Amino acid sequence: MADLTDQIPERIPINLVVNGARRTLEVAPWTTLLDALRDRLELTGTKKGCDHGQCGACTVLIDGRRVNSCLTLAVMKDGAEITTIEGLARDGMLHPLQQAFIDHDAFQCGYCTPGQICSAAGLLAEGRARDADEIRELMSGNLCRCGAYPNIVAAIEQAMSRS
Amino acid sequence: MNAYVGTPTSRVDGRAKVTGAAKYAGEFAADRLLHGFVVAATIPRGRIARLDTSEALRVEGVVDVLTHAHRPPLADKDEAWKDEVAPEKGSPFRPLYDDRINFNGQPIALVVAEDWETAKFAATRVRVEYDQEAFATDLESERGKAARVDQPHKPRGDAAAALTRAAVQHEADYVMPSEHHNPMELYATTAVWDGNGKLTVYDKTQGVQNVQKFLCSVFGRKRDDIRVVSPYVGGAFGSGLRPQYQVVLATLAAVALKRSVRVVLTRRQMYGLGYRPMTIEHVALGASPDGTLDAVTHEAIAVTSRFEDFSRNDTGWADQLYKSPNSRFSHKLVELDVSTPCDMRAPGAATGVCALECAMDELAVALKLDPIELRLKCYSERDQSEDLPYTSKQLRQCYARGAEAFGWDRRTPAPRSMHDGKDLVGWGMATGVWEALQMPVAVRIVLTANGHAEVSCAASDIGTGTYTIVAQVAADALGLPIENISVRLADSTLPQAPVEGGSWMAASSAHAVLGAAEDIRQELARLAKALPGSQLADLDATKVTLVDGMIASNDPNGAAVSIADVMRHSKLERIEKEKLNQFAEDKSHARNTHSAVFAEVKVDEQLGVIRVTRVVSAVAAGRILNTKTGRSQIMGGVVWGIGMALHEETMMDHRFGRIMNADIAEYHVPVNADIHDIDVIFVDEPDDRINRLGVKGLGEIGIVGVPAAIANAVYHATGKRVRRFPITLDKLLD
Repeated sequence: MADLTDQIPERIPINLVVNGARRTLEVAPWTTLLDALRDRLELTGTKKGCDHGQCGACTVLIDGRRVNSCLTLAVMKDGAEITTIEGLARDGMLHPLQQAFIDHDAFQCGYCTPGQICSAAGLLAEGRARDADEIRELMSGNLCRCGAYPNIVAAIEQAMSRS
Repeated sequence: MNAYVGTPTSRVDGRAKVTGAAKYAGEFAADRLLHGFVVAATIPRGRIARLDTSEALRVEGVVDVLTHAHRPPLADKDEAWKDEVAPEKGSPFRPLYDDRINFNGQPIALVVAEDWETAKFAATRVRVEYDQEAFATDLESERGKAARVDQPHKPRGDAAAALTRAAVQHEADYVMPSEHHNPMELYATTAVWDGNGKLTVYDKTQGVQNVQKFLCSVFGRKRDDIRVVSPYVGGAFGSGLRPQYQVVLATLAAVALKRSVRVVLTRRQMYGLGYRPMTIEHVALGASPDGTLDAVTHEAIAVTSRFEDFSRNDTGWADQLYKSPNSRFSHKLVELDVSTPCDMRAPGAATGVCALECAMDELAVALKLDPIELRLKCYSERDQSEDLPYTSKQLRQCYARGAEAFGWDRRTPAPRSMHDGKDLVGWGMATGVWEALQMPVAVRIVLTANGHAEVSCAASDIGTGTYTIVAQVAADALGLPIENISVRLADSTLPQAPVEGGSWMAASSAHAVLGAAEDIRQELARLAKALPGSQLADLDATKVTLVDGMIASNDPNGAAVSIADVMRHSKLERIEKEKLNQFAEDKSHARNTHSAVFAEVKVDEQLGVIRVTRVVSAVAAGRILNTKTGRSQIMGGVVWGIGMALHEETMMDHRFGRIMNADIAEYHVPVNADIHDIDVIFVDEPDDRINRLGVKGLGEIGIVGVPAAIANAVYHATGKRVRRFPITLDKLLD
């Protein structure tokens, strides 16, 4: 047993398109997309709140779909297009959801916020939520311990009405 | 003068938070950064018999494994380990100090590797054997060993005799479970090795100077050796008041290896930190048939660790809310083999007032009185414990405004009498109360000739809005647009501040800003008067205002000159003033915030599912500096109250002395779908006695009373009185 445990896995080269830029990196198979973004690409806007897919703080968009990056191994996403919170604003202009979150005070500590906003962007793209009740249901994978939920719903409604 | 104070100003740190630019403790980069992963004990009490790190050390990329037997020196006196929030009595926990295990989840080793995954993997290769000892973790089975630690208030009259002869009595135990804060951010420290023995420590904390002093004393360092920084904190709710063990471990590893080290706890490991202690609240009320109270007794029996006595005021609150000639309160602790509890949002009040307000509801039922009517009959205009009037107390207005907004007059009193389709509907209410505290805080303002000001202070903003209210108060006091104010917080080298907690930071920091701004104003007035040919030569320097970039005489016909001109002509690029806030010593009045909380629940009786469909919280907390962030704080408190009432419970398997639900899937916190309409009302409460701005603070009051209002609503809906929190569906189906 002992001689097996001192081996750590070989790193594997992958390509990711992150916020529009092509990034090449070598990652161990056990590295999650979340850790690759935070530790390797220094994109710390994506947050780690549980590392078990329980809180949604790590939500990013992969090929336009919202995904818990802590439950996604980086090697699985070779070639994928990834949008993180750092990639939502364009030319210094905030994404309508980012502005709506500020307008409605949809956060306090701000730690769940990147995940909330990425998740909301995914939700808008899905086109599934038609009213506040559906927003609440479909945003329930993103915990906010500060309890900003009603403001998060109001912010998403604002962005929905303007999109 | 008040362009910003009192308005719904958006958070000045909003942009940083919505773009991902805000950096939290575990996100600061450092050259050749190492990563530490904690190995935690799996027994609640005993000794480490053998700790074998050889296998872990053989893993490629592992740099070292620190243990009690292999580490740099740590202070050996309890005093050195006592931070400013440590309980008076006891020996604070010392991570990796010796072979003793005092609680399950206690850190016993730190694996340090070149990357996080390697450290995490190697941590599974640390072999431990224990000599386990007999232990106890169950408050209820150990209740008989409770020892009194505190008598929060002096007894008044003879409560026992008055209870016996009271025409109507209600007496019950209310059981509040242990709860964990579960801030979204994992506890993390990045200790950056600056060389020459100096460290910059990015830590998740509610008090950088508390951590800084603690680290210096634990590691025997000079004040300049360690700087602690924490610009953004991803929630804390009391869990970051005391330095947590990861900051010791990261610093220890950095000192040992002379390299920068980051330690991030796992969610599961965070259940080895502090928590709201499980408490059995025994409340007895005696009343006359007309609803006047004759006697109140409240005894709390709470968990603490074997090594520290943690207690907060659970029981004294009735003295502040309800007139009664006889009262008696006591707080007892049971020592168990667990980590030390700590403050958690409205510590003491969240649990104690919950029990009191459920008991008041039960008394109202027994008296056949409306719950608001009972509270108004017992309404106390004075804090009876010290027999003091309040600086202000608009609780009557809270009841009135809250009831009106909620539509309380449409409530039918009988349980099970209101329906919505097949759902039972229940309406309940409760009172909330908290303290309005203020602490010494200093602020430095640097005004530059280009019309910008930097305001700095060591205080933290844990999401409470400190950055924003400091900017608002400074902008108004300096007469500048808020965009021209930059606020720096949470760096131990900045002017003094205590930990951010207890709802004291708004009033404390705002008045420090006012003081420093006043010194700037006087300096500017002095300079303006001294300028050759000054229009303000005859000015009374105490009677000027800074407004729109000008120094203006308070006399409506008086002159005004541009601040920029004054500074330019005086050949000054900057004016810097630092000021410690000053509050008049005034023990003649009690200082409290109050609330009236109204809740609607809908219960599907077949499934037992409870939904909180509406909450109205009417709050009297003096002047509200920012109605937008203030509303959010109360709303967050209400969400926490919903969690307390229906979801949150740290569950211990007493056979192993181990927490069973140590994650945020099994430890339930409210999710978006659990939260419906929350209406926050700020009742007008002018208070010119408490402080110049009339500010009382909002961090805690939002949660107090909410769980009781919901429990009372569940009773009204179902006729079932659940006294063991949280009110989960199994308790309704019983």
